[in-house]
Amino acid sequence: MSRSLALPHSPASVRARQRLREMAIEWALRACAFSAVAGLVLIVVFVFKEAWPILSNPETQKEASLAGFVATPLWQPVGEVPKYGLIPLLTGTVKVVLIAMLFAVPLSVLAAVYSSEFAPPRVREVLKPAIEMLAGIPSVVMGFFALMVLASWLQSVTHSPMRLNALTAGIALGLGIIPTIFTVAEDALRAVPRSFREASLGLGASAWQTAWHVSLPAASAGVGAGVLLGLGRAVGETMIVLMASGNAAITSADAFDSVRTLSASIAAELAEVVVGSPHYSTLFFLGALLFTVTFLINVAAGAFVERLRKRLAGA
Amino acid sequence: MSALGLPLVPLPELPRARRADWSGSGFTLLSAIAAGLIVLMVVVILGDVALNGWATVTWEFLAGAPREGMTKGGIFPAIYGTLLLVVLMVVALVPFGVGAAVWLHLYARQDSWFTKSVRFAVHNLAGVPSIVFGLFGLGFFIQFIGREMDRAMGLDVVWGQPALLWASLTLALLNLPVVIVTTEESLRTVARDQREASLALGATRWQTVRHVLLPQALPGILTGAILAVARGAGEVAPILFTGAAYFLPFLPKAPTDQFMELGYHVFVLATQSPDVDATRPLLYGTVMVLLALTFLLNLTAILLRSRLRARLLGRG
Amino acid sequence: MKRNPLILTLIAATLVTAPVLAGKAITVKGSDTMVILGQRWAEKYMNENAGQVIMVTGGGSGTGIAALINGTTDVCQSSRSMKQDEKLKLRDRYQTMGIEIPVAKDGLAVYVHTANPVKELTVEQLGEIYMGNVTNWKQVGGPDATIILYGRENSSGTYGFFKEHVLKNKDFSARVQTLPGTAAVVNAVAKDPNGIGYGGAAYAKGVRDVGMKKDAGAAAVLPTAATVKDGSYPLSRPLFFYLRKAPSGDTKKFVDWVLSAEGQKLAVEVGYFPLN
Repeated sequence: MSRSLALPHSPASVRARQRLREMAIEWALRACAFSAVAGLVLIVVFVFKEAWPILSNPETQKEASLAGFVATPLWQPVGEVPKYGLIPLLTGTVKVVLIAMLFAVPLSVLAAVYSSEFAPPRVREVLKPAIEMLAGIPSVVMGFFALMVLASWLQSVTHSPMRLNALTAGIALGLGIIPTIFTVAEDALRAVPRSFREASLGLGASAWQTAWHVSLPAASAGVGAGVLLGLGRAVGETMIVLMASGNAAITSADAFDSVRTLSASIAAELAEVVVGSPHYSTLFFLGALLFTVTFLINVAAGAFVERLRKRLAGA
Repeated sequence: MSALGLPLVPLPELPRARRADWSGSGFTLLSAIAAGLIVLMVVVILGDVALNGWATVTWEFLAGAPREGMTKGGIFPAIYGTLLLVVLMVVALVPFGVGAAVWLHLYARQDSWFTKSVRFAVHNLAGVPSIVFGLFGLGFFIQFIGREMDRAMGLDVVWGQPALLWASLTLALLNLPVVIVTTEESLRTVARDQREASLALGATRWQTVRHVLLPQALPGILTGAILAVARGAGEVAPILFTGAAYFLPFLPKAPTDQFMELGYHVFVLATQSPDVDATRPLLYGTVMVLLALTFLLNLTAILLRSRLRARLLGRG
Repeated sequence: MKRNPLILTLIAATLVTAPVLAGKAITVKGSDTMVILGQRWAEKYMNENAGQVIMVTGGGSGTGIAALINGTTDVCQSSRSMKQDEKLKLRDRYQTMGIEIPVAKDGLAVYVHTANPVKELTVEQLGEIYMGNVTNWKQVGGPDATIILYGRENSSGTYGFFKEHVLKNKDFSARVQTLPGTAAVVNAVAKDPNGIGYGGAAYAKGVRDVGMKKDAGAAAVLPTAATVKDGSYPLSRPLFFYLRKAPSGDTKKFVDWVLSAEGQKLAVEVGYFPLN
């Protein structure tokens, strides 16, 4: 053990100095904890600050304004008359996220149920690492795979005129969020007390009836949290959509059309803006919008986790 | 029974049992197919990369610089840049992350509003989109801090532009939640009686932390750092405007330098390379190296984590 | 432990030396069309001038111009000329309207899939296609199939040049799939039998150039060294270096080399066309 333990009968001055040191350290550690809060606050401040001219500066508003965002049908920020229409970007984001969720949620939840309820241990030993590997694939690699392989394969199957479209980006995005949803859902399912399952089985229910009517409802808050976390990630994801969606600001309901999402627009255009220009402020506005949406989703997810914790602790 | 909200399950009669079994096994089969599909897709992705990339990854590829418009040569500058980036990130990140976790674990009053706001911030920081971190890096580190530094030092534009320092600080903030959460998790695995024994013997809180808790929580801290490194090496959106460059003929030495990076290199080669067919092997090779790096890191983190969990379970 | 004093000392040391090192490198940013050219120039120049460091980044002409105005690059590569409002912004910050130096010529090629029977288009037809008014290949002499449009991001100088000279400043169709680089456009068209794309002539591999006609009566012209030089190719354009002030010192030596016979020869090797 340490040799510097303070013994009860040390001189008072040593103790006082030590107490001072302890207080200083505690404040240093508190500052470290505060850095997380500071970080979040700074993000909000600086992203919203650079977006603020959209709402406050009449010079900026001549070119890019809230009204313009809603009323303009096109997104063509570079040209004689810059056009900043948000509708195509919002439509694009919603389409891709919807496809991703429709693809990922059933797969992840079903696989999580399988893993926690039915799978023999040897299968779990293959499934868990596979999910971890999927989680470890950076989104740029997923986008690369979508661009090089998935798009061509999908086009040969669907004969869609546009190779890079909402479907390609959506499926790749779905692949990217499967680990998130799966991990949280599986954790929630495994946290369901054994007594629930055993009671159900004891009453004569089969394994699947137990899973469907007992475990899943009990873990529903956790599964819900996982789905929400996946949703948040899908909304904010950039590289996959940047590489695989075609980036055409089309407003349509067609899954085979290219789309341009909010995040990809920021990524594609931020390098070319002059600091302080209306285009710059608009891109930060998009960032603020993205932040707000994902923030709300995450707060909701946190609430779900709380509910899950309370429910499982209470029972 | 009804308090749990369970439907009352009827005792199976023979014909009904058979019907229930069929749909039951259907559901089971469906969920098994789901799991199988996921595994299949992972195999396809990794297989495609491995098949197309293994021939490219030679020693020259790893150690050489890109030549002739990225159609030949290697990716050493990208590997070097990535390593430098994550090293700086870890140096900035770990003290803050571990400090925060230690504070949360040992010093904080769990019901105070400050503690709650810290936990809230950690949880939500984890959910901020990576592109917003990129915007933050640009708007805060480069435009604000960097410009102020330039003004204070009377320089034209040295700090107020994309640089290694700002990119690593941005990534550090991005990964702060990971380190805090894993460190706290590992601090929790250290048995309470260790902490209480130390305090009972008269050690101060900091002495307890430094000599009892941290050494035992080290695997968890490493896990967090490794996970952060894995994520930092793979994230491209935050570094798009804060420092990554397409072609640098030299290795970054100063924190104001820009740098090549593996993930960014994949992005550029896939979308902006001058000759798509010629650079395809290099592209796949780069992807393989990046994947190998992140997988190795993740694997190490997983092994460390399972050791931690075993220790936790061993406590009973 | 992570708080290794050695690492901290190293960091401190590099922080001190940073401003010293930053002075030596020349940054070149901008046009994706020109990035391979800029990179090859940089590579060759650095081989011949040890100690000189040149960093080349792409991102699009708009990116380069913005970097010039933001102060984060020495030289901007652009495949279009700077707009008046950009020059004004530059003047606001740096009291200069910028120095424009043409460094090479390029033909803006129009690519189609090698199996596409359409071999020539008028500039007006091209514009109608990209504005979304002409949507089927049969309207321009091809098969009955929807035209799939590929183009560049709005940060691209090629995008800007195309909008100005082909669309006559009208809007692109929303259905243009925007790709971040010319090579991506080429790649997309090479894989898409119904695709059409545009970009620097140097990138056209695996696709076919479409002969451009100035108007319905003219002959179709393909982008070659001769036709770009004498201007008979309707979509020839100069490629520029933009600087904040007249080049001096190391930058001047590099620019002079680019304009010299050696630099111009390299431009031809890469697939562009010399100034004269």
